[in-house]
Amino acid sequence: MVPYLPHTQAQIEEMLRTIGADSTEELFVDIPANVRLKDGLRLPEGLSEKEVWDHMVELAEKNCHSGQYVSFLGAGSYQHYQPRAVKHILSRAEFYTAYTPYQPEVSQGILQAMFEYQTMICELTGMDAANASVYDGATAVADAALMAAEATRRKVILVSRLLHPEYRQTMRTYLLRRGLEIREIPWEDGLTSLQALEDALGGDVAGVVIQNPNFLGSIEPLALLADAVHAAGSLLIACVDPVSLGLIESPGKLGADIAVGEGQSLGLPMSFGGPYLGFMAVKENMVRRLPGRIIGKTKDNKGREGYVLTLQAREQHIRREKAASNICSNQALCALAAAVYLALMGPEGLREVGRQCRLKSGYAMSRLTEIPGVTVPFSAPVFKEFVVRTREEPKEINRRLWQAGILGGLDLSRFYPELSGHILLCVTEMRTRQDIDRLVRAWEGIGDGKTNF
Amino acid sequence: MEKPIFEKSVAGRQESYLPSIDPLLEGEAAKFTLLPPDLERKDPPLLPQLTEGEVVRHYTRLSQMNYGVDTHFYPLGSCTMKYNPKINEDAADLPGFAGLHPYQPEETVQGALALMYKLQQYLGEIAGMDAVSLQPAAGAHGEFTGLLIIMAYHESKGQHARRKVIVPDSSHGTNPATAAMAGCETVQLRSGRTGTVDLEELRRAVGHDTAALMLTNPNTLGLFEKDILEMARIVHQAGGLLYYDGANMNAIMGYARPGDMGFDVVHFNLHKTFSTPHGGGGPGAGPVGVKGFLEPFLPVPVIRRDGEEGRFFLDYDRPRSIGRVKAFYGNFSVLVKAYAYIMRMGKEGLKAASECAVLNANYLLARLAPYYQQPFPGPCKHEFVLSAKSLKQKGVRALDVAKRLLDYGFHPPTVYFPLIVEEALMIEPTETESKETLDAFAEAMAAIAREAGENPEALHEAPHSTPVTRLDETEAARKPVLRWKTTG
Repeated sequence: MVPYLPHTQAQIEEMLRTIGADSTEELFVDIPANVRLKDGLRLPEGLSEKEVWDHMVELAEKNCHSGQYVSFLGAGSYQHYQPRAVKHILSRAEFYTAYTPYQPEVSQGILQAMFEYQTMICELTGMDAANASVYDGATAVADAALMAAEATRRKVILVSRLLHPEYRQTMRTYLLRRGLEIREIPWEDGLTSLQALEDALGGDVAGVVIQNPNFLGSIEPLALLADAVHAAGSLLIACVDPVSLGLIESPGKLGADIAVGEGQSLGLPMSFGGPYLGFMAVKENMVRRLPGRIIGKTKDNKGREGYVLTLQAREQHIRREKAASNICSNQALCALAAAVYLALMGPEGLREVGRQCRLKSGYAMSRLTEIPGVTVPFSAPVFKEFVVRTREEPKEINRRLWQAGILGGLDLSRFYPELSGHILLCVTEMRTRQDIDRLVRAWEGIGDGKTNF
Repeated sequence: MEKPIFEKSVAGRQESYLPSIDPLLEGEAAKFTLLPPDLERKDPPLLPQLTEGEVVRHYTRLSQMNYGVDTHFYPLGSCTMKYNPKINEDAADLPGFAGLHPYQPEETVQGALALMYKLQQYLGEIAGMDAVSLQPAAGAHGEFTGLLIIMAYHESKGQHARRKVIVPDSSHGTNPATAAMAGCETVQLRSGRTGTVDLEELRRAVGHDTAALMLTNPNTLGLFEKDILEMARIVHQAGGLLYYDGANMNAIMGYARPGDMGFDVVHFNLHKTFSTPHGGGGPGAGPVGVKGFLEPFLPVPVIRRDGEEGRFFLDYDRPRSIGRVKAFYGNFSVLVKAYAYIMRMGKEGLKAASECAVLNANYLLARLAPYYQQPFPGPCKHEFVLSAKSLKQKGVRALDVAKRLLDYGFHPPTVYFPLIVEEALMIEPTETESKETLDAFAEAMAAIAREAGENPEALHEAPHSTPVTRLDETEAARKPVLRWKTTG
């Protein structure tokens, strides 16, 4: 029998009689001979479940995973602690095997969970309304820039050079086709240059994208930047790390008009880069410009409260070419994971995660700078990532750390030619003092040619 | 109904999941951790304060108010709600997949890259395409990527005026919406009397400004476009390219390939054809396949291999690429699931899946045809469209049929789509449903058709058995309440 297929031969024959066909082949007569595949697909033969499982395990074991090394690598994908209960909720088949909740009477579970998720995102970001997710942080930024251009009817987006490089690349793909222009704002001392921003702002600027903490880990003076942006009649798009928002002031409070970001840091697995969670939140006046699914509260015909997909007049299945976006499938299950994470952690738990990220990063900075030749080049406060400058080649350092079972930081020259000899390190609540001490010991050995651990 | 989680919260109740911080560390950290007071958050976010048990109970109870494929038959047309095998879920959760950082050195992720490389090859073979990118996160995202590739190709030929995208009036809403996102204009083709594309209409529509024709085949009525080769000839002769919307690929695996039909670009919906779960709305994955001449335009990076037996690597050095459509490499864990599915099914299994999907659809069509109208003659492929317009004189609409099905324990079909069929009911049973399930569904549909004659009021009031009854969507959109608030 073919896996997952139910019919016996007798049933197939009975079904064909009902249809009035002699064979299943007859059901394909409408595919003309000249487009029919003659020799079958050149694919492997099917395997038993056991063989597939062994094969998958074998492939997985050809990788080194986060349980086998101590990681100090972040740069857009983070290892945070996910309480064990999250996975149990995600394993509820009523959630993960459901479709988009088009039939609200039998989808109240996912609808209410998404409504609560929207509420939590609003609370974290200090905004009025959120959508039920887009693909990831990169596409959330791109969608936000498109919204800003629509809302202001202006054509230029300014973007800090300290926005994640891959988000900047994604933005280009999304915006340039729409006749929009992107201009990059340079940085100084680890922060977006306020002077350069003020010089670039003008009557043609729709929005300004600032990541906070920025790609180099520094916390930007968002309120100051917001004032400059608003003085030019532009909108501030803040790309924020949600796990920082128990500790750091919300973008809404600091003047952002649109808050977006990558929700992976809310305990989602790194999974080699996806699936992740793009979140988007706006102030009241922008609600109807939000792309993607949005859940609203309403009443049923007996007066009971319930939830539905709402404001669908923005969406592709209603508006076709006039839709705000073409998005259909989103990242609902990842949004659910984030919501369960936040519900479990609570306000104190989230703050504690932030506090530990900050303290452990501070400890690592302090210990690393005791090593001759290692310095922290920027003075801005940081959250869970920071840059160190080294005398040795970052590649060599990372190679040597890997030999000691440590995944080192990002060699920044990969994205910033001006930062050769600089490494971006990440220290989350996952790292213990012993982990950090081990990093320092392994690093100490590199300069003088011996490894001490 | 379940109270909002925020109303269950009790101030001060708190679980802790982390060890407390090492005091030695705290002292040493002081040098670098100053957070200026104006950057520190004053008012904590209003998150629930609950025990683990209370949170788990809340979400478990919510889950019980939801239909999924594991609990109910879900014949949503164009959505391919087939069974989601459990081995796929477990494979994606293996630490060797779930615990990988996207920027780990390539030598440490050879298993993951091998999987992606092979999946690129398998998908290319299934669709008859030469190269595949796994980066797009969903079908609509794949459409966007595909159209950008087509536009980049035209521009590379100096054809900047090619900005019109032709779509049939039966197409998915994502097609015209995607065209707009790619900076194109949409031209809509009226379907012919048989429900397929009218060749004369197509000949009139193409021209020197044609960028592409976007098509599903079989189309959204479940009908195979028999004249596809002629259509391809018309579009190619006018200088345009053909885009295949892979939403309906489940009908043709092993029988026919978009590449052999003349399509230049396809996207796949791994969350439809390749059995990965829909997750209540996502995540999915929408890889894109192209013919060889479009390969240089694929998004970066592409997974490649050094020779036949060499190591796998991420190729970023692609000067003609359209760029990136998201961060990193795609919805990797979804790719793992689709790969496991293909390995389990094999070449014969995939063909058998399409065979059975078409058998099930035709069987259900035969069982339902006496009660509902069939606007276009079959055979259908993996799905079919019926019209409930004969019930209209009794005051019963497709929506009423859909809602009444809930009382019989079935998820309704897609309704009011495609737009060209009045009171449309679009039904896709998929291959994993048994004859017993199909029979029970057919009997429920027949019973509803009878009820429409005898007691139409009962249908207007349906559903009766669900946690809530019909919800006021108009009011929801007129006065949007999009988040929970302490007052009101």
